[in-house]
Amino acid sequence: MSETTIQGQQVATVLHGHDDHHGHDHHHEESFISKYVFSMDHKMIAKQFLITGMIWAIIGGLFSVLFRIQLGYPDATFPILEDIFGKWAQGGKISPDFYYALVTMHGTILVFFVLTAGLSGTFANFLIPLQIGARDMASPMLNMLSYWFFFGASIVMFASLFVQTGPASGGWTIYPPLSALGQASEGSKIGMDLWLVSMALFIVSSLLGGLNYISTILNMRTKGMSMTRLPLTIWAIFFTAVLGVLSFPVLLSGAILLLFDRNLGTSFYLSDIVVKGEILPNEGGSAILFQHLFWFLGHPEVYIILLPAMGMVSEVLSINSRKPIFGYMAMVVSLFAIATLAFLVWAHHMFVTGLNPFLGAFFVLLTLLIAIPSAIKVFNWLTTLWKGNLRFTPAMLFAVGFVSLFISGGLTGIFLGNSTLDIHLHDTYFVVAHFHIVMGVASFFGMFAGVYHWFPKMYGRYMNNTLAYIHFWVTLAGAYLIFWPMHYQGFAGMPRRYYDFSNWESFKHFGDLNQFISTVSMIVFAAQLLMVFNFFYSIFKGRKVTSENPWGANTLEWTTPVNPGHGNWPGDIPEVHRWAYDYGKDGKDFIAQTEPVGEHESKH
Amino acid sequence: MSEQRVKVHPHKFTLWVAIGSILMMFAGLTSAYIVKRAQANWALLEIPTAFWISTVVILASSLTIWMAKKSFKERRLLRYRRLLGLTALLGLIFVLLQVAGFWQFGQQDIKLIGAGSNASYSFLLAIAGLHALHLVGGVFALIVIYVKAISVKNRNYSMVPIEVVSTYWHFVDLLWIYLFVFFSLMR
Repeated sequence: MSETTIQGQQVATVLHGHDDHHGHDHHHEESFISKYVFSMDHKMIAKQFLITGMIWAIIGGLFSVLFRIQLGYPDATFPILEDIFGKWAQGGKISPDFYYALVTMHGTILVFFVLTAGLSGTFANFLIPLQIGARDMASPMLNMLSYWFFFGASIVMFASLFVQTGPASGGWTIYPPLSALGQASEGSKIGMDLWLVSMALFIVSSLLGGLNYISTILNMRTKGMSMTRLPLTIWAIFFTAVLGVLSFPVLLSGAILLLFDRNLGTSFYLSDIVVKGEILPNEGGSAILFQHLFWFLGHPEVYIILLPAMGMVSEVLSINSRKPIFGYMAMVVSLFAIATLAFLVWAHHMFVTGLNPFLGAFFVLLTLLIAIPSAIKVFNWLTTLWKGNLRFTPAMLFAVGFVSLFISGGLTGIFLGNSTLDIHLHDTYFVVAHFHIVMGVASFFGMFAGVYHWFPKMYGRYMNNTLAYIHFWVTLAGAYLIFWPMHYQGFAGMPRRYYDFSNWESFKHFGDLNQFISTVSMIVFAAQLLMVFNFFYSIFKGRKVTSENPWGANTLEWTTPVNPGHGNWPGDIPEVHRWAYDYGKDGKDFIAQTEPVGEHESKH
Repeated sequence: MSEQRVKVHPHKFTLWVAIGSILMMFAGLTSAYIVKRAQANWALLEIPTAFWISTVVILASSLTIWMAKKSFKERRLLRYRRLLGLTALLGLIFVLLQVAGFWQFGQQDIKLIGAGSNASYSFLLAIAGLHALHLVGGVFALIVIYVKAISVKNRNYSMVPIEVVSTYWHFVDLLWIYLFVFFSLMR
């Protein structure tokens, strides 16, 4: 008993000292290195994640433009490609090896480096302390390490683009035996080892980040901030972190066994293989084992990408509809349901691997169950918009766009979750269209909504609205023009990952359509560069924010100064008295969370 | 400051979440082992004698770190430092015994890696090896708090560091017991 008291006092002293420190340090001159490079301020770390993510997004997006050139214009030659890429584009035509490398790296970069690190790394770091009312993360040190492990992973992955045999090229899922055998392809040589090392660093980064997010949310909330008063952004980030912490270690174990097979001659995944006439000594391994380990992460991974976007969209929709979010508890419960089901559906990626059909039936059922929480969320977003006093800020447009994309992409998931239909649709462009809309573009829309909405808090300036509107309409129209036609190609059986369809009697009539898709993808890519320009231009030249709370929002981050220092609030941390969604209540436009509940106030 | 409500210390809580994460990794590995074991071409594992001794050593180290924590609470710092050192030493002996166990396989012409190796022994190497790496991490943590205990400049009587390290140490110990039982039963 005495032990706990002593401990409590010590903790209190430590935190007290911490607060005191922040009370006085505004005149401290921080060095450039400690402020911008090895910063422990969660806001700076968030910006580091965001800008690194943006650089990766440009690289990953450019890769898709390059392979779309091949798919759209399989017969044309572009000498400029040879000037830039040398032997990878001999005669001005992208080589097959290069094509597979581009496809693989496009997937790896966008899934992990942009939509995992760039999205949840940015907004978890930025929003958790600001919205729960904390000075910083539970462990600022681990938080800084999380970014620097990500940076290390980025360096290794970037280096792998420049090795002589090229980067990994066996698909972002790196299935063995192709990925396990260096002699099998150019991309399975050193490029694959670098991929695995980079991903190991990346996993460490996500784990350090995730641990911090969870313990900060559960332990560092300000007075009055009960779990049911948290904004939905924080709930979404919380479930994202739980998913990451429980699923990334399993990918790590799969990757470690793959490293063993590659470099130490073991046979975890390899058995009875002949490469170029040579019989390999490996016996008794199972390639399917890798798929189980991979997809046990891989499926939760798609929710790791999507959930933060859902949280931010809920927040932005409610603020800009000037209405409380519809069904707050239903939103939380459906997030929980999605997070739980995420661990129970991985085998739907493996229906055609020879999986026992009896077992497959269970995975079909569990997969289709996800439609229930998803539909609840869609219903609540639409009812939040219903009869709202809508303000179409750029963030709001992207949030509404997210809902549209989530519906369109989610519906095709019901087709793919059926193991019978999947026999026909597996590995076709139908799958490509499905996951790009529901997970790729939708999550990007959530991320854009977040960036446009919280940019004033990050940099004390606004982004340019005109450029933002152009960015939104081109991206929304472009996303549908690119991916909608792919559904038809997929129904016709057109397989993904193929290099050239012009030789196939069954698919060559899609030539014009492929050309159309490629052209649109270039326009959409250009529109993203416009957004990047807007971002950096506005950091320095954007219109200045003059009020603390430009959007009229209830949450705590808008009670900080326009440019908050390390520690966020100059005085005491504010106390919370209500939930985050009192909009349009009792004739008041909004009531901040810090305002005590009045005597005659109605219940929400 | 009263505004910051303190429940579990954040560092301790972070450790518990990290333990959950590490458990998932070993759950992934041991389930891969079970799946692979059900398939053809599985060699029956022989647990080397060194592993029995190492199990006794790691159990003893859990006892010493428990005593270290108790001494710290009673402010018997010299005894505390000695017990920390002893725990770290027992940890290193454990790792050496694990290596000796794998060396025993070499003596019996059982291949762990390379051509002609069987996945059952490769699994033992990969899983026990990863466990040993986690234990080495614990030894580093012991060294850090040992150095802090020597430092005269910063006298710190916070229980948090020793509690975090000892919880982790007991966890790595229990993890090995689980793996040892697992390998013995699921040969």
